[in-house]
Amino acid sequence: MAAVDRPVVKPRPVYLNLFAIRMPFPSVVSFLHRVSGALLFAIGIPLFLGTVQRALASPEAWAQMRATLDAPFAKIVAVVLAWAFIHHLFAGIRHLLLDAHVGVELAAARRSAALAFVLAIVLTLAIAVRLW
Amino acid sequence: MTQNRIVVGAHYGWRDWLVQRVTAVMMVAYTLLILGLLLWFGGLDFASWKATFGNEAFRIATFVFMVALFWHAWVGVRNILMDYVKPVMVRLALQVLVIGALVGYAGWTIQVLWGGR
Repeated sequence: MAAVDRPVVKPRPVYLNLFAIRMPFPSVVSFLHRVSGALLFAIGIPLFLGTVQRALASPEAWAQMRATLDAPFAKIVAVVLAWAFIHHLFAGIRHLLLDAHVGVELAAARRSAALAFVLAIVLTLAIAVRLW
Repeated sequence: MTQNRIVVGAHYGWRDWLVQRVTAVMMVAYTLLILGLLLWFGGLDFASWKATFGNEAFRIATFVFMVALFWHAWVGVRNILMDYVKPVMVRLALQVLVIGALVGYAGWTIQVLWGGR
């Protein structure tokens, strides 16, 4: 008599080792969605609030704020945050479309992941070129 | 006995999922508004910048955007912490720090928008 197959109780929650997994491209885009989100939270929000506050203070503070953007380090920070914002925006729109069952087939999902990724880099490069 | 109790999951996953999407759409709308204003003014100088923030409707729209942003950030950062920070006490401590920062940012936002007048 065959033994009854019992469902194996797996420990939950499951933690995945990110360094041991070869991720398909949509996963890379999804992971970068997290990375960009974390960047926007940790650096983007305080920097945004501080910049808006300073730039509203006086014409002199405004000019000073514009001058700050001439420093290479400030430009790098601005470009990184611009990438984070744009990538997060496009990858987010992609998620919303997937939620609406638009482009859920594998090929389409891979295409849209690549599109969000490439579009973000192209627009970020355009901003970088304008800054320099 | 509840010593192995898992401190995630209280059926708020679905609400967080919805919050994340509603706040995302609100932020996209504000982003389009900013892009539209930039095109309208054809760039940005101090006078147009100051005038834009002098408009009460724009200040309210900005405040709504920021609140959506803070709520969105909370859901997202909490998800990241739940996935990668395993010790419960460390995770809780980090979550308290994140909440503290976001509440502080909300106060800062009000100060920036309405404090200078």
